[in-house]
Parts: sequence; structure tokens; C-alpha cells
Amino acid sequence: MTAIADRYLAEFKAFTGNGGGSAPAWLKEIRENAIARFVELGFPTTKQEEWRFTSVAPIAASPFALARGPRASLPTAADVERLSLGLGPRVVFVDGRYQAQLSTAASLPPGASAGSLAGVLGAGPGADVVREHLARHARWQESTFTALNTAFIADGAFVHVAAGVSLDRPIEIVYLSSGQAAATGPAVSQPRTLIVLDAGAHATIVECYGALSAGVYWANAVTEAVVGRDARLELFRVQREGTEGIQVATTHSRQERDSYLALHLVTLGAALARHDVSTVLDGAGAELILNGLYLLSGAQHVDHHTVIDHAQPNCASHEFFNGVLAERAHGVFNGRIIVRPGAQRTDSKQTNNNLLLSTEARADSQPQLEIYADDVKCTHGSTVGPLDETQLYYLRSRGLSPEAARSILTYGFGAEILGRMRHADVRAQLDRLVRERLGGREGGA
Amino acid sequence: MTNNVLLQVRDLHATVEGREILRGVDLTVKTGEVHAIMGPNGSGKSTLAQVLAGHPAYAVTAGEVLYEGKDLLTMTPEERARAGVFLAFQYPVAIRGITNAYFLRAAVNAIRKHKGVEELGPVEFMDALEEKLKVIGWDSSYLSRPVNEGFSGGEKKRNEILQLAVLDPKLAILDETDSGLDIDAVKTVARTVDQLRRPDNATVLVTHYYRILTHIEPDVVHVLAGGRIVKSGGKELALELEEKGYDWLREEATVA
Repeated sequence: MTAIADRYLAEFKAFTGNGGGSAPAWLKEIRENAIARFVELGFPTTKQEEWRFTSVAPIAASPFALARGPRASLPTAADVERLSLGLGPRVVFVDGRYQAQLSTAASLPPGASAGSLAGVLGAGPGADVVREHLARHARWQESTFTALNTAFIADGAFVHVAAGVSLDRPIEIVYLSSGQAAATGPAVSQPRTLIVLDAGAHATIVECYGALSAGVYWANAVTEAVVGRDARLELFRVQREGTEGIQVATTHSRQERDSYLALHLVTLGAALARHDVSTVLDGAGAELILNGLYLLSGAQHVDHHTVIDHAQPNCASHEFFNGVLAERAHGVFNGRIIVRPGAQRTDSKQTNNNLLLSTEARADSQPQLEIYADDVKCTHGSTVGPLDETQLYYLRSRGLSPEAARSILTYGFGAEILGRMRHADVRAQLDRLVRERLGGREGGA
Repeated sequence: MTNNVLLQVRDLHATVEGREILRGVDLTVKTGEVHAIMGPNGSGKSTLAQVLAGHPAYAVTAGEVLYEGKDLLTMTPEERARAGVFLAFQYPVAIRGITNAYFLRAAVNAIRKHKGVEELGPVEFMDALEEKLKVIGWDSSYLSRPVNEGFSGGEKKRNEILQLAVLDPKLAILDETDSGLDIDAVKTVARTVDQLRRPDNATVLVTHYYRILTHIEPDVVHVLAGGRIVKSGGKELALELEEKGYDWLREEATVA
């Protein structure tokens, strides 16, 4: 650990002595504490319960160097089109750095802003909101990866929608990894996102993660989303990291009274990915939809750990994760639901269904319910298995070929998740991606 | 066209998980006819229906089945469907994520493709579907729901009838479609079957109950018991069964 810690400490010193030094005092303090916490925690091992199924040895054993932003050629507009959904104003980052010339979010309606976090860290409109929320929700004290990201906060995406403002078009936040290695080793970037919806605001936001080239890199992302009273946020996350890419990510949300949050996670990429989702229903009457889909093949390994914290009464959470695993892919789902004392009349449902398309594919599914209130409705269920023979026969008895029947049933695992997405244009784009992914695999699976 | 033999079952024996369920079924169905197959629980009615549709869990151990003069048993389930055989399932299967509209269109197009007819796009298909929905008394909201997911027992049965109406097969086999339905739903099923009745197609109704036969008049009524057809007759046989039950037939079969 010492060697690794020293390496990141040296990076940190270089970072703070460099452009990072311009941060306000409150952020500098958080960053100092976060790097100290990272050094204390170190990288997890599979001996730790939370990391039982996922080894981060490829991270711990490689000399990752902090990405300094793209060196030579910037991504073209075509790259951005390909790796985003192209549906609305967007903010684009390469290796965690804001790219003004590729971003198109300048013309949002009054009361809404989307842009670079670096631009609002010190002063200007939004500075108070950033100070109030940045690194206040993502619990870097408890997670080594969140701590590492927090230590290196210099830039990132900041979306703020003021009270009562409604946005129809989705805002896209596009994080691209260049895949360019540093002299000392492959690059790690630290994408950081802060989304704040004030009371009664409505918005649709899409986070897109993608790679500009093949090759080993690591993206260590953290997103914080705050949904104010009566606000409604539909937050999509489309993970299409490169075939050799590694992504570790945490998403933290906090919801106030009578708010609505839908988190839709579509995971297609990366060789190794871990996503921790931590949601807090922190006001009575809040509703959460946590809706995830992972389509994996080759030797991909993707681990989702979700926590839904019912801290207040009369809240509802509906969690659905479907996985389709081909070839030697491995999917891990751990869904923890906490119902705090006093969170009466909680309505919580969790399901995780895994389709194994090959005998070598594997899925591990673990529900974890911790209920400390008595007047609650909590259900959970999970399945792991190949395509159902009875369903196949039913479709064939209607004239469909075995191949078509298999394809439809497989697509159904995706369509079920897509069907819960409300924004029709985003849903249609994701449907296209899902079909491409499944269609392209049919021969090999 | 009338009175051609559509289905010819001869001395059919079938097993499931090693148990022999069908022990020599003989059945001839001609175009333009409606046949009712009745019989006590466990007599093999559903097995016969599933064997005709090609369920992979059932093994035919002896006998033959000719459909339009061709060997039905060597055909895959999808080949049978494309050739015009339709089974309304006793326990319809739910399909996650796939809407009824998507499923129905996929089925229709699989059959059209086989026939060399141009496949239907979503909009054309929806237009064609509108009238079929009216027949079974459904609004289009059922089309955007996943196939049979969260459907009540009655809704699932109605959905089978919708598929029947949309696919318009030559040989329709209804496996206890009337079970668990209220009176109005039974009438809907009966009305649909009646409307689809033509000189060039045929229906086999597997049923426990006389009441559906008061709405669809069968040409022939068969009693299946112990894996064989032990008695056949006109529609009056159904009424006799309603009054006397099946025990007298079992005795008759044993004596014979």
C-alpha cells in the first residue's frame, strides 16, 4: 500500500502545486482531508465483504498517472456525436477537463445552467450552491475511490436548475477518455458531476461515458444529485467505456420532500466496472425509481452495489436491475435497502433478473434488507438462469423461429428496463443502443 | 373445399417424463367442423393438445398424425404454426418486456414471411389490429402491456383469443380456454370462434364444461378417458355428460 499511497500523494502534491491550487479554501480543506482518507483506506481487497466478487487488482497493481487532459488532437464533433445521444445541449469533458469548444449548453433558459465546475468554484453565479453541495453528499470518508476523486476535484460538470424551472430537452454531460497514457503509465481521470434541482424544478439529464480509443485507462467518477422539494429529475447514465477501460463510479442522490428521482443506468462498456449507487430518501413522500440494465459479453466484469436509504416516512422506491450475460461475462448485483426507524409506510420493491446466454457466464445477486420500522411494504426477488424453455416454446408455437424467439426474449430483458424510462427521445436512443448491442452479439453468444 | 380431412390422428401414444398419457387416440377432423373433446381430469386432453402443437416435453411413442395429409409430428412447433395450427394455451406464458403489440406483429410477420407475403410495419399492423380488438372487447391499452404480465386469468385467456383472431389459423385447438372465465367472457370466446368459423378451417375445443357448447354448437363431441377416445357422438352427448358425469363411461370402457 505504501508505494501506491506515495504515488498518489506525489500526484496530489503536483496537482495542488499546479492548476489545482486556485481552489477556494473550503475545497482545499476537503481535498486535503480526502487524500488523507484515501491513504488511510487504501484499495479494497476481495477479503472485504463489499468487494467479495470484484478484484481491483488491475487498479492497485498498475502505475496509473493522473490524466493531464488531451495532449494532441481533440475529439472531433463526430466523436462526440457517436458517444453522446445528441438530443440536447451538452457539456463535454475529455479526461475530466471541460471542452468549451465542444459544448453547447450556453443557451439554456433563464434559471438553468450547465457547464464547467471549475468556472464556478470560486465566485460567480452558482458558487454558493456549489459550496453548499459539492462533496457534501458523496461520502468520501467511507469510500477510498470517492476519496480519491474528491482529492483531485478541479473541474467537472455542474448543472443547476432553479426553483420552478422546467426543462423539456435533456441536458447531456459527456465524459470521454482519450486513452492516452502518460509517460509513467496509463491514465486515470476523475470525472466529477454535481446536479442540483431546486424546489419544483423539472429536468432530464444524461451522463454519457465513452472512450476515444482502445487501450487501458481508468475513469474514477463521482456524481452527486440533489433533488429539492417537489422537484422531478430523470437522470440517465450511459456507460460505454472502452473494451480495455476500467470504470469505478459512485452516484449519490439526496431527495427532499415529495420529490421524484428516476435513475436509469445502462451499462454496456468497460472490461471492469464497479458502480456504487447510494440514494437517500430524505423527505416524506419522495419517490425513487432505480432502473438498471447491464449487457455484457467477452470477459467483462460489472459490479453494481446499490443502497436505498429510506430515512423518512411515506416514501416509495422501486428498483429493477436486469442483466444479460454472454460468453464469459460476470455480473454482480448487491442491493441494500435500509428502512430507518420512523420511516413508516415505506413502499419498497427490488428485483434483479439475470439472463445467462452461455454456460460460462456468471451472475451473483444479493439482496440485503435492513428494516427498522414496522409499518412497511418491502419485497425483493432475483433470478439467474438461461432462457426459459416454456417461453421459447410459446413463441415458437406462434410461428417464430428458435433464433427469433431467443432474440425477442433476450431483448425483453432490456425492453423491460427501457419501458420505465419516461423521456421518449432518450428512451428511443437507448433502445437503439440496446438493439445494436444484442444484435451484434447474436452470432457469438 | 368442404369436408376435406384436415387432421387425422391414428393410434397416438405419447409420454411425458416417462409416463404414458395417450394410449391410442384416434381422431378425424374435417374442414368446416367444430369438435369438442371432453373428459375427466387427467384423461390426457391437454397432452393431446400439446402434442398436436409440438411441445418438446412430450414424446410420441407410437401412432401418426396427418395434417393436410402431411406428417405433423416431424414438423417443429414453428412449422406447424406457419402451416396454420394454433393452440390456445391453458396456461398462457408471460413474456417480460415484450409488449403484446410487438409480440403479435412478430408472430404475424413470421407467418407472412413464410408465405412470401410482405411483412407489416407497425402502423399498418395497428390498423389491422383495431377491428380484432373490438371483437374481444378490448381497448388498445392491452397492446402496450407486456405479454400476459400481470394479466388476470381471464385476461390471459382473452389474449389467447386475440392471438387466434389475429393469426386466423386453419386448425384452432383451444385448451380449456373457457375454464375460469365468467359468463360474459365465455360468450366473447364463443362469439370469436363462431366468427372465425369457415368452410376451410376447423376448431377443436378441449373443455370441461357444457356451457361453452351452448354458444358454439359442436359437430362432434368426443370423450377422452384413460388416454383414449372412448365415445364420440353429436352435440347431445355433451348434454348427456353434463347430466350423468363421466363415471358411466369409465365403466363402459372397462367392460369393453
